[in-house]
Amino acid sequence: MNKVVNDFSITVGTKNGSGSSTANNTILRAIFKMGIPVSGKNLFPSNIQGLPTWYSIRASKDGYLGRRDELDIVIAINPDSFTRDLASVAPGGAFFYADDIKLPITRADIAIYPMPIKELVKKDPNIPADYRDLVGNMIYVGALARMIGIDIEKIQAALTFHFKGKQKPIDMNFHAVQAGMEWAKANLEKKDPFYLEPMNKTDGMIMADGNTAAAIGSVFGGAQFVAWYPITPASSLAEAINDYMPMLRKREDGKHTYAVVQAEDELAAIGMTVGAGWSGLRSMTSTSGPGLSLMTEFAGLAYYAEVPVVIWDVQRIGPSTGLPTRTSQADLSFTVGMGHGDSDSIVLLPGDAFECFEFGWQAFDIAERMQAPVFVLSDLDMGMNQWMSKPFEYPKTPMDRGKILWEKDLEELKGNWGRYLDKDSDGIPYRTLPGNKHPMSAYFTRGTGHDEYAKYTEDSSVFIRNMQRLKKKYETAKKYLPKPVLHAAKGATVGIIAYGSTESAILEARDQLTRDHGMKIDILRVRAFPFTAEVDEFVREHEQVYVVEMNRDGQLHQLLSLANPEAATRLISVAYGDGLPASAKWIREGILAKSAGEKKSTAKKPSLKKSNKKGAK
Amino acid sequence: MSALPMAGVPANINTVGLTKNDYRGAPTTLCAGCGHNSISNQIIAAMYEMSVLPENVIKFSGIGCSSKSPTYFMNRSFGFNSLHGRMPSIATGAHFGDHSLKGIGVSGDGDTASIGMGQFKHVMRRNLNMVYIVENNGVYGLTKGQFSATAERGLELKKQGANPYMPVDICMEALISNATFVARSFAGNAKQVKELLKAAFAHNGIAVLDIISPCVTFNNQDNAHYSYAWGRDHEEPLHDITYIAPRNEIVLERELAEGEVREVAMHDGSVIILKNLGKGYDPTNRFEALRALEEAQRNNWLTTGLIYVSTEKPALAETYNLVDTPLNRLTDADLRPAPAMIDKVNALMF
Repeated sequence: MNKVVNDFSITVGTKNGSGSSTANNTILRAIFKMGIPVSGKNLFPSNIQGLPTWYSIRASKDGYLGRRDELDIVIAINPDSFTRDLASVAPGGAFFYADDIKLPITRADIAIYPMPIKELVKKDPNIPADYRDLVGNMIYVGALARMIGIDIEKIQAALTFHFKGKQKPIDMNFHAVQAGMEWAKANLEKKDPFYLEPMNKTDGMIMADGNTAAAIGSVFGGAQFVAWYPITPASSLAEAINDYMPMLRKREDGKHTYAVVQAEDELAAIGMTVGAGWSGLRSMTSTSGPGLSLMTEFAGLAYYAEVPVVIWDVQRIGPSTGLPTRTSQADLSFTVGMGHGDSDSIVLLPGDAFECFEFGWQAFDIAERMQAPVFVLSDLDMGMNQWMSKPFEYPKTPMDRGKILWEKDLEELKGNWGRYLDKDSDGIPYRTLPGNKHPMSAYFTRGTGHDEYAKYTEDSSVFIRNMQRLKKKYETAKKYLPKPVLHAAKGATVGIIAYGSTESAILEARDQLTRDHGMKIDILRVRAFPFTAEVDEFVREHEQVYVVEMNRDGQLHQLLSLANPEAATRLISVAYGDGLPASAKWIREGILAKSAGEKKSTAKKPSLKKSNKKGAK
Repeated sequence: MSALPMAGVPANINTVGLTKNDYRGAPTTLCAGCGHNSISNQIIAAMYEMSVLPENVIKFSGIGCSSKSPTYFMNRSFGFNSLHGRMPSIATGAHFGDHSLKGIGVSGDGDTASIGMGQFKHVMRRNLNMVYIVENNGVYGLTKGQFSATAERGLELKKQGANPYMPVDICMEALISNATFVARSFAGNAKQVKELLKAAFAHNGIAVLDIISPCVTFNNQDNAHYSYAWGRDHEEPLHDITYIAPRNEIVLERELAEGEVREVAMHDGSVIILKNLGKGYDPTNRFEALRALEEAQRNNWLTTGLIYVSTEKPALAETYNLVDTPLNRLTDADLRPAPAMIDKVNALMF
């Protein structure tokens, strides 16, 4: 049997609310501390207690951290999902299970490891009866650690972190890990090929979830006002702001430079956010699909009245309530076209936890510069799961507060200004803020038709002029937006365009397609809408462009086709949305299915004229 | 003595150096005779007489006839005419920009008691420092005469037939939601409107003024509860109300004798003098306030006056322990953590 080192998946099937997240995070963190690239994805139900839930860990020496479809090691603790879990193990894999589950073992092609979890916990005098279920999870951590070689010291480090240095729970859990290890040492014979060996590929890296990263980024961006309403998977973003604000913005006088308000619903959350943005605060809200739907009317008001606000949408899968705890990239079309009447949206598309931090502070600069709502589309996978990340970096540029006139500015202008005057010919007007004591500072903000001086009007020509200026403003916006990220391949004539959390799975899929099918593929990860020139260029320069995304209808594909109508036939949608994080497998197979017969091309990059065909059959 | 004009200063200039004209807005586009216009005029008069600097006020409204009216007073104040039923949330957020400013929100019965009922009740809970005026006429005007949620059962309107539903009592809703200042008035009683506006403005927290403000176009039939005629016939004032600005004790001593008056000391040092009209009504007693409203409902009285006031609860911003400087004047140095903090944060990640 060939050893498989640092390249396999571990899936734990437990019951929701059984406390297994501590155990699973411990495995994840210990592997990370061993220097092995690792990701952890929680595949959980919308439920507080009782329903089956899975945690999927992937160790990858090559740094492929997308979800792995093949389940190499499965740990079954939940009788309700036992049969399914057993069937899910890939041939040649390993199956650990709690031996109090008395169900038939029907597989002969995998290694089977029963574990007497209940018995071990019960007879251990160090584990109080109340804690047996919780701490019992640590038995499988120990048994697994023994069988695949997780460093015990790293487990201790993970537990110390998890329990914030509190010795009692650390000891109790560590004790159970050791009990599991010792039992496995004495009773289990290694029959599977999976091993972990220390590497140095995580040196200098951190582990963070995107919601926490977004929250910290927002705090470094000078967030002053946050209004929110609880919704999965966005709640932990606002909660993390509550956690980090007091530490990061602590003042000697103990007073606050910010306010976080839990609103009565998303209508009020966005309403407060718009009010605060209007009065000059760095103002934000965070939500997910259903909440975003409720925010639509206010988004239109913020667009038309030109109020800076930042709206985080941690996407879950719709339509309607959908699968509340499953990920997706299906809010793009909605966000881009948000609001009745003509409208435009600025949408930022972070790709990982690091970019959640980056866009956390940058979104405020863009919103205040543009005097417009800025949507940031994260997703459940990015937002709630632990991602390996570069350490966060202190913002490189000072805060951009945009065009604001205070008393001294109005003195210089002798009070002569207009709220919606395009003075600089970039579509962005000047604004004043409540509290300005200059007698000419005030203006009346409205969602109704208004002229350059914010006066009510229904005059057609004034209306058209204002709408054209807004269009110009969104053209100006492009130069403030993050550029796409290019992963170039030498001699590629085929491209992939994608956004968000799918990047790692796409990189893995590309490497497989190159290795197994000789396909050379450039990848462009879009990071903002409206698309910047680089995106259109990429479309122009490739024979075929596969647009990969996690939804049914190919929303990014539609937007790219609209933006590049002449290239529409060369844009090929590879869209799939089942609520699970993207895997290299579906991307690879999706591309292969669409490019059936695609020949290995070494041709030079085509000009526009000859590159209008899909891959031939 | 501050009550007397200084030598060389025209008598029509208030203590912040402004004339009444400085409190005016654009010409109204509402119907001639609309109750809302008389309320706008009383706002202008009250603010002028209180010598409020217009730059220290923010105006808010939702959507509807009433919500247009902030355009018609105080041009020098910032204003936000927002969305239907959503004025409270806009005002709440805006208040954090500069918490030294006072809000004047104008809403209507549709904007508050129908589409905006949720936000109305939650802004009561939060005790936002704002005067919340409901220009209440029982009817939708801009959409041409549909019943609103405050219309009395049985009201007959052209094209609508008879209203089959029970009305919402805005003062009752406010009180139940823990509002700290609740008053009802009648646009036809200009003096009372003005004094209540002053008292509401002096209140530190949310002050609800439910002002019956007849719609002369769609709901002013003599037998309609929201008509001028009905209001005049059925108004039952709880008391005569007089607002006394801070440090004006002289007037107090001279004009009002002990026993027949009740004084309410406001947060800013002003005093509300309530001259009893044989009822001995105590507006600081929430239980009595609910009883008064219940009694009014049963008897079809238009009970007006200061129904409830509590001056002890902290206003919204106070519960957030904000820095004294308005938040919208803070700079990078106040808002962006120091560079060293990034290492601290990274160390907190795993």
